[in-house]
Amino acid sequence: MTINSARPAISARAVRKSFDDHVALDGVDLTVAEGAIFSLLGPNGAGKTTMVRILSTLIAADAGYIQVGGHDVTADPDAVRALIGVTGQFSAVDNYLTGEENLRLMADLRHLGRAAGRRRVAELLERFDLTDAARKPLSAYSGGMRRRLDLAMTLVGNPSVIFLDEPTTGLDPRSRRTMWQIIRELVADGVTIFLTTQYLDEADELADHVAVLDHGRIVAEGTPAELKRRIPGGHIQLQFPEPDALRAAAGLIPNASADDDQLILQIPGDGSVASLRRLLNELDDARIDVEDLSIHSPDLDDVFFAVTGHATTEPATRRYEEVLQP
Amino acid sequence: MTSFAYTFADSATMLRRNLKHQLRYPSLTLMLAGLPIVFLLLFVYVFGGQLGTRLGGHGAGGRGAYLTYVVPGILIITVASAALGTAISVATDMTGGIIDRFRTMAISRGAVLTGHVIGSLLQTLAVLVLVLGVSLAIGFRSHATALEWLAVAGVLALFAFALIWLSAALGMAAKSVETASNTPMFLTLLPFLSSGFVATATMPAGLRQFAEYEPFTPVTQTVRGLLTGGPIGTQAIAAIAWSIGIALVSYLWAVRLYNRRRAATPG
Repeated sequence: MTINSARPAISARAVRKSFDDHVALDGVDLTVAEGAIFSLLGPNGAGKTTMVRILSTLIAADAGYIQVGGHDVTADPDAVRALIGVTGQFSAVDNYLTGEENLRLMADLRHLGRAAGRRRVAELLERFDLTDAARKPLSAYSGGMRRRLDLAMTLVGNPSVIFLDEPTTGLDPRSRRTMWQIIRELVADGVTIFLTTQYLDEADELADHVAVLDHGRIVAEGTPAELKRRIPGGHIQLQFPEPDALRAAAGLIPNASADDDQLILQIPGDGSVASLRRLLNELDDARIDVEDLSIHSPDLDDVFFAVTGHATTEPATRRYEEVLQP
Repeated sequence: MTSFAYTFADSATMLRRNLKHQLRYPSLTLMLAGLPIVFLLLFVYVFGGQLGTRLGGHGAGGRGAYLTYVVPGILIITVASAALGTAISVATDMTGGIIDRFRTMAISRGAVLTGHVIGSLLQTLAVLVLVLGVSLAIGFRSHATALEWLAVAGVLALFAFALIWLSAALGMAAKSVETASNTPMFLTLLPFLSSGFVATATMPAGLRQFAEYEPFTPVTQTVRGLLTGGPIGTQAIAAIAWSIGIALVSYLWAVRLYNRRRAATPG
């Protein structure tokens, strides 16, 4: 598949959606290039799932203009449905069928024909490591297996645009890595991926382009690198063995902020070799003992905190909140 | 393929799916068949001796006469009982994740509901055969001709079609599977307030009028007339009119709920 930059895979303009008096989406614009991984990032309740449901024709927006694969979602939903695949947050599998039967069901509904359907099902079972479990009922499947089957079902019709709504939420680290690998392979085949996640490292790991959604609005957008560049937050962190060393070092280096309890000194900077060498030489000359040194480059946690004014709700990011808030 | 061919193919796919569910988990089908069989045995062996004396002798005594009287009522309650399964299976689908997957695919509209309804209809016919088998095993006999048996099957199938659409609509309207298994329960009560188990003439005024005019009575009377050679008269017309009316209204209601749900689900 060739990448056609002239026509984006997804484009949405001024999308609004309210449920009763709760505004879920408050004028969202976004463009997803063909063959890219686009990640919509935000905490729970930011409106990510609502956006996916609108783009995938499940619900109608109150206002706005949306095209997927060049088709208007309101005017021609079936044309959109023919080329998309959706794997939602909650497993969309038939619990009363086996894994293989679930895939066959999809092949039949995509009108693949008997022989081609069988081939496609066997191929997907193999690819998603489900061949051994193919004829087992879904009650025998683990969470990771169900998620893989779910995604395999999405792929039966060879969709050119795939929506993945929090595809790794609730998965163990190993299943999560497997899922990331699968997503990378899909993009290598030329598929466009619209991924929502509340995990910043996931967007960082996978996405070409990230948009941060907060309270129904896009608050920041760009490549992960661009977003990080906009955010101060890189620093060198020094750990000292005893308070005297910390105080001496803090006196020596301007702009450094000290944490007396943990004996930590943070020095703003990009962590380049030159600045590091200069810093270490200075400490050496003053005969200050350093126990440990680490370089912290800004990640999407910092981005999120900087653009929304609050941290994500994930426990993993709470430590940054503590560090950044005096 | 034309869009008609797609509609047919998608409905057939959905039907296969529902039949697979039924075959894999036969407990629901057996539960639906259990209720009318328990009523059959209860009414014939516990109440039948006494109830039958009012019907006059068929030689073999009151119980035999009552068996002949009650089997049409039991067949009708079988149809009502089997229809309960539709609400449960529709609600299970609507409250699960798979329906959202179906809705993001270019599947012909209505295939999901059609699959449920045809699947339930086949299930009902299977349950009817089972209940009729038990009736024959405990001594029920009919002098109906092949054509009359065919007419019985037709009347029951049409009535089942109506109640299944009604149950499908109730399943769509239910917010949970639990609710869906309760709301159509009134369908299994209505046969008792009809001519299914005792003659309406023995009921007090008020209840008698209700029993004479509710849809289960003409359907029961038509089946009874065909099986035991009694008069049918205008009952058959009333039975067919009720069935078509209930089917049509319920169909429109179910489709409306299905389409509205598509538009209004929050996320």
